[in-house]
Amino acid sequence: MNVTLRIWRQHDRHAAGRMVSYGVESISPDMSFLEMLDVLNEQLTAAGDDPVAFDNDCREGICGMCSLVINGIAHGPEELTASCQLYMRHFTDGDTIDIEPWRSPSFPILRDLIVDRSAFDRIIQAGGYISAPTGAAPDAAAMLVPKKDADRAFDAATCIGCGACVAACPNGSAMLFTGAKATHLGALPQGQLERNSRALAMVNQHDAEGFGGCTEIGECTAVCPVGIPLDMISRLNGDVLSALRDNTT
Amino acid sequence: MSTMSTATAPLEYNYTYEEHLSLLLARCPDRSYGEDMVVSNGAGQRSRALRSSASLHAAMAVSGLIMVLFLLAHMYGNLKIFEGREAFDGYSGYLREVGEPLLPRVGALWIIRVVLLICVLVHIYAAFTLWHRSRSATAGKGGWRYETTKNRRGVQRSYASFTMRWGGVIVGLFVIYHLLHLSADYIAPGGASPSPYQRMVNGFSIWWVVLSYVIALIALGFHLRHGVWSAFASLGANSSVARRRGLNQLATVVALLILVGFLIPPLVIFAGWVR
Repeated sequence: MNVTLRIWRQHDRHAAGRMVSYGVESISPDMSFLEMLDVLNEQLTAAGDDPVAFDNDCREGICGMCSLVINGIAHGPEELTASCQLYMRHFTDGDTIDIEPWRSPSFPILRDLIVDRSAFDRIIQAGGYISAPTGAAPDAAAMLVPKKDADRAFDAATCIGCGACVAACPNGSAMLFTGAKATHLGALPQGQLERNSRALAMVNQHDAEGFGGCTEIGECTAVCPVGIPLDMISRLNGDVLSALRDNTT
Repeated sequence: MSTMSTATAPLEYNYTYEEHLSLLLARCPDRSYGEDMVVSNGAGQRSRALRSSASLHAAMAVSGLIMVLFLLAHMYGNLKIFEGREAFDGYSGYLREVGEPLLPRVGALWIIRVVLLICVLVHIYAAFTLWHRSRSATAGKGGWRYETTKNRRGVQRSYASFTMRWGGVIVGLFVIYHLLHLSADYIAPGGASPSPYQRMVNGFSIWWVVLSYVIALIALGFHLRHGVWSAFASLGANSSVARRRGLNQLATVVALLILVGFLIPPLVIFAGWVR
């Protein structure tokens, strides 16, 4: 199949970018979207042009590196699918496909389709951890966790931190990411000690990074490749309010 | 934000809980552990969190829900138009006398007015602050910040969610017009009257007055469709996928109830069934 790509090209953080059109021919429908970009880059390199820079690592939907807005939808048209797990058979021969980076002032574009997502790391540093002694691993059954809580924590922990929630949000909010991380730890007994301070510190860092507030529209959950539900934001909101009510926080 | 200082001593498991916390404290000097073992992550988090978007959304939610309760009571009062002039004007008089002699005349009404005014101001302050933050978080372009013109309406956005901000402005302007019209009797298209019943009948006999109310009420209906749901979610009530569905259904019911309940009197008057 043959497709026309319109790709955002930007030399570095400070350069102005623009959409550039490329034709890619004889693509197999069984190629992944990133393999199709690899073919394009081989063509560009052979012609002496700069290849298109894009983030990727595991290519199996678990590392959270791939970050493409495809035809205006973060991670493309398929539900519960990261860009790397998207296949060319989801498109039709002759399509024009627009590819852009995540757009958020908190995720500065480094080059072409690569953005700097360090803001997420700083939100984690602010409170996305539990304080626990290191050393020998404790007995696995030392602290019992109800199945419901373990499942909830696991559902939250599936967040791969890709940033699609920010890319899709009309408010540029990262509350789905922050909510998932706070729920992951806050649902478990080990996370209770710092539950209040974690909620405040993470929400404060979220705002300090320049992300917008959540208006509960739900575009983030529609593009999330691992299906983090919207209620994790509500849970973080509830944690912030109870932390503010608690005088000892 | 706290930064872990370099390790001073390896932490192991054969400490008491108190010793463990004091060792943690030694590792993280910018933290404090209270008497009841609650960890505080640095100073100033609390006051910063009070100004966070999450807190502003909670303030918006509480003020909005109080206004929804008022709207339900207001709608109920309007429907007394069907009981006739005496009942309607009598109810209006009762609202001025309620609480007497504990409260002065019109005392209860003024308490409600002051509470509502505070709610309106809090709601507007939070709305514009969050609107500004949202614009700066998207380089001023919101959901239209991509070059592509495909899927600009998002994947699952509702019309109600699109119209929250400008719809809110329309509802706000309508409230000013409505207060000048039926409360203050300052704008009196069909003729002024000391009788609230007569003011309604005079006003809603004119097509463009009815039309202006219908447009404003539809804007209000959309505002409540997304607003009631997001108010509960902002306050932490959205606890599961099923609850998300339930809260959205509740918002639809509240929005339709208020839309239909407020539309009935003007339409019935315009049709000439109440005169």
